[in-house]
Amino acid sequence: MLRLALRLLLRDSRAGGLRVLVLAVMLSVAGLAAVHGFAERMQAALSLESNRLLGADLVLVSDHAIDTVVMTTAQAQGLLTAQTMQFPSMISTDHDNQLADIKAVSAGYPLRGQLRIAPSLSQADKAVADIPQVGTVWLAPRLANALNVRVGDSVAVGYRQLRVVALLIDEPDRGGDFFNLAPRLLMNQADIAATGLVTTGSRVTYRLLLAGASQPLASYQAVLAQHLTRGQRLMTAADARPELRDVLEKGERYLGLSVLLAVLLAAVAILLAARHFLHRHLDTCALLRCFGASQATIVKLYLWQLAILGMFAALAGALLGYAGQAVLAEILGKLANLSLPSVGVLPFLQAMLAGWVLLAGFSLPTLLMLRHTPAIHILRKDVIALDKLGVFAYMAGLAALVALLFWQVQDVKLTGVVLLGLAVVLVVTVAFAGLLVLAAGWLAARSAGSWRYGLLNLRRRAAGSVIQISAFTLGLLAVLVLTIVRGDLLDSWHATIPAQAPNRFVINIQADQVVPVRAFLQQHHIAQAQLYPMIRGRLTAINGREVYSANYADQQTQRLLDREFNLSYTQTLPAEAQFSAGQSWRVDDKRKQFSVEQGIADKLHLQLGDTLQFDIAGTPVIAKITSLRKVNWDSFKVNFFVIANAPVLQAIPASYITSFYLPPTASSLLNEIVRGYPNLTVIDVSAIMQTVQAVLNRVTTAVQFVFVFSLVAGLLVLYAALAATRDERALETALWRVLGATKRQLWQVQIIEFMTIGLLAGALAAMGATAIAWGLSSYVFKVPYHIDGWLWVSALCAGGMGVTVAGVLGLWRISRVPPLVTLRGN
Amino acid sequence: MNDAALTILHPSSFDIVRGASVAIVGASGSGKSTLLGLLAGLDTPSQGAVWLAGQSLTVLDEDGRAQLRGELIGFVFQSFQLLPNLTALENVMLPLELRGVKQAKQQALAWLERVGLGHRQHHRAQQLSGGEQQRVAIARAFVVQPAVLLADEPTGNLDAETGARIIDLLFELNREQGTTLVLVTHDSQLAARCSQRLILDAGRLTC
Repeated sequence: MLRLALRLLLRDSRAGGLRVLVLAVMLSVAGLAAVHGFAERMQAALSLESNRLLGADLVLVSDHAIDTVVMTTAQAQGLLTAQTMQFPSMISTDHDNQLADIKAVSAGYPLRGQLRIAPSLSQADKAVADIPQVGTVWLAPRLANALNVRVGDSVAVGYRQLRVVALLIDEPDRGGDFFNLAPRLLMNQADIAATGLVTTGSRVTYRLLLAGASQPLASYQAVLAQHLTRGQRLMTAADARPELRDVLEKGERYLGLSVLLAVLLAAVAILLAARHFLHRHLDTCALLRCFGASQATIVKLYLWQLAILGMFAALAGALLGYAGQAVLAEILGKLANLSLPSVGVLPFLQAMLAGWVLLAGFSLPTLLMLRHTPAIHILRKDVIALDKLGVFAYMAGLAALVALLFWQVQDVKLTGVVLLGLAVVLVVTVAFAGLLVLAAGWLAARSAGSWRYGLLNLRRRAAGSVIQISAFTLGLLAVLVLTIVRGDLLDSWHATIPAQAPNRFVINIQADQVVPVRAFLQQHHIAQAQLYPMIRGRLTAINGREVYSANYADQQTQRLLDREFNLSYTQTLPAEAQFSAGQSWRVDDKRKQFSVEQGIADKLHLQLGDTLQFDIAGTPVIAKITSLRKVNWDSFKVNFFVIANAPVLQAIPASYITSFYLPPTASSLLNEIVRGYPNLTVIDVSAIMQTVQAVLNRVTTAVQFVFVFSLVAGLLVLYAALAATRDERALETALWRVLGATKRQLWQVQIIEFMTIGLLAGALAAMGATAIAWGLSSYVFKVPYHIDGWLWVSALCAGGMGVTVAGVLGLWRISRVPPLVTLRGN
Repeated sequence: MNDAALTILHPSSFDIVRGASVAIVGASGSGKSTLLGLLAGLDTPSQGAVWLAGQSLTVLDEDGRAQLRGELIGFVFQSFQLLPNLTALENVMLPLELRGVKQAKQQALAWLERVGLGHRQHHRAQQLSGGEQQRVAIARAFVVQPAVLLADEPTGNLDAETGARIIDLLFELNREQGTTLVLVTHDSQLAARCSQRLILDAGRLTC
């Protein structure tokens, strides 16, 4: 049986009868494999990229020394480790002393990213793989400047004299709370004991940096998470930079959406192709029945054929997918100067399995119907009525598809929204297509010439027309949904970091320096810089009840309460502030008021009208919350959790903070301002922003790339849908020509039919895509949704023109075959 | 059968003996093909029974009838019914392959040569003329050595000369193989060559 099936299959393939089905399975597997394989590599590359901001893949942060067992166990699991200790301390020379943020590191630090040092500010910096040797330190330029030391001088760190051997230009994990940053001193951990600075009760932050392959890392992370002691927490790149997490999540979701729609399109293509394949074999089946084949024999024969076909097509598809993602990853890697990690075999096996599920799901129903081919079909062609059963039989295929989608995409909300939307669209499409077919019949009776026959064709092929319209609608809709959501996502990302987002923060500006600093900035055309007063205070009571961090389950909230808030005050809240509750205060309002950021309000369970009490250098400050604000933390502008109106804080001494965009060419400007006002601290966030921007760019490229795959899948559906009626059209065309129809007449009739189908599909797809994309943007991706009039225009054009051009191209080939050949073949 | 239903064949009874050649003749729409379909077990009568080689076709299910067909019956159709994707040889091999016959190729080739088409074994069905296609179909029907050969207007799609050659071939093989030949035809000359004639007139058997 297997050999007979193989032989029949080979004979069929030689005659080109399998092309569409093989292509559909192959391309669906290739698409899935490439998108999955590429997505896997992309995600790995992106997390490597963002892990550079952390100096590791995972960090255990602790307020007490970390048990060495934790480190040795990690090493036993094959993970890389490094340790750091961080604490503020005064360091001194013979003439000066200065508060520094000391970081003592062990060999191997940093595990991700690189340290950059320079012998002096006037010389170029370079990346190094080492850490400071025992007995030496690297100083941040600002610290060296403040202490007036050069490379070669010594500084006292506690009881130990350490020699300065380099200026520390950049460290990967510098990020975090940079408002509280004293300038860095980097030293070797081996020198710590000799300094005598770390004793019981010292405020040291210990970090264990971990890096390695994702599998052992993830399992170790799970173990660590269960054994965290008080004062310990785990940090990943996403925790370090929340804006990155958002971008990565949305990027991943978009990849998921692309996979989902690609699978869906592939399913439609396979459905059409399998249907076509099996319908073509009705005659063969009837003949086999005449020869005495039982139903079981026929089912087995075709099952084997489909299994063999599926295996080869899936294998070819996986290879094609591998090649596709490798080539594109190579191109992308070069463009983005990024080496993508190698890809595992799993995505390809998954894609092959998915291809099989699709093939089985959508060909078995038809195959089982084929079993019932009445042998009398061989004598009388009219007795076949398989399609009646079809609707119910395809339910199984549909169930398989839905299961496959949830499995492949692993995002219940996303899959749910898309499937629900598609179900509605499909029902509406079938209804409209049915109406169109009826209307075509009615109109045909009232028109003449080519119109009459074009419309009549629609009516005569009623089931085929409805299926074609539905297939075109789905194909077009998928591409449109991806286009709209992609546009919305890219827009929102561009808005995240505008071209001139602030890249420098200046803190520590004293009250008497506000006027000259502002003047200096204005003089150098840094107009956007606004100076905000900043006062540090601890939240002590809410509505008169004392606040304890232990009362809050969320770790971030606990840390926030243990530390001091950065408070500010203004005459009026910024015009662009978005209020989720309450409103801004008036300038002349003397009542004491706070405006609180919505996120922190949620964490602390604060509501409008609650009273907050802060302790500012021993002075209690009390005011009522009169508004809740939404703050975009990704904007790199100066933002505060809590802002007061002037009556609350204006009597309290404050330092000032500002942020602004400094073009790379003007970076020397700040040296000037620091020379004039040595107490100022300038923080350069351009490195962080560059990383965020790089991640954004890569996700954007990935998003564009997977879009192309879905486009190809859409074209395949178009091809499969047209192939389904090609035999019938070929015969018709031959008959028309025998009857003396001119080519012009032939083309007109077909164009009218295709154009009508295409336009309806375009309109329905635009309608469906608008609704689904709105749902996705609003509820899944949570980005602003833009209505685009061009969508309708392009959908109608793509539908009308695309279907017509593709259809007519097929017809062109048919029309070159002599009618006699076509008729004899039938 | 209720009055509203269309009666295609009225009650009639006849026997066909082994080795006979029978012509079913009648005008278009007189029920010839339906009768042939019933004899082959491709269709079942709403009333009555069809017996083939001592076995009632009407009590068998579809698979049972298919099995009996496979063992006893060969077909030749008016429109040849060759599979267009297969070569002449492959078309003849198909029923043998379906039975798992090992020497399918040799047997099929022998039969192709028997019908004078050995030299066209690798041509696809579409590349053959009508007469050649029908000869391939005859080879395919005889290759399984059926007890009964049913032919539905085997010359209907052929010119008179080619048709005559096909008929000669059919009768020759009929004699040689001892096959029972039942053919539906419009052609009175062809009918005259048969040992028995069943004349259908609007679904009624008139002799």
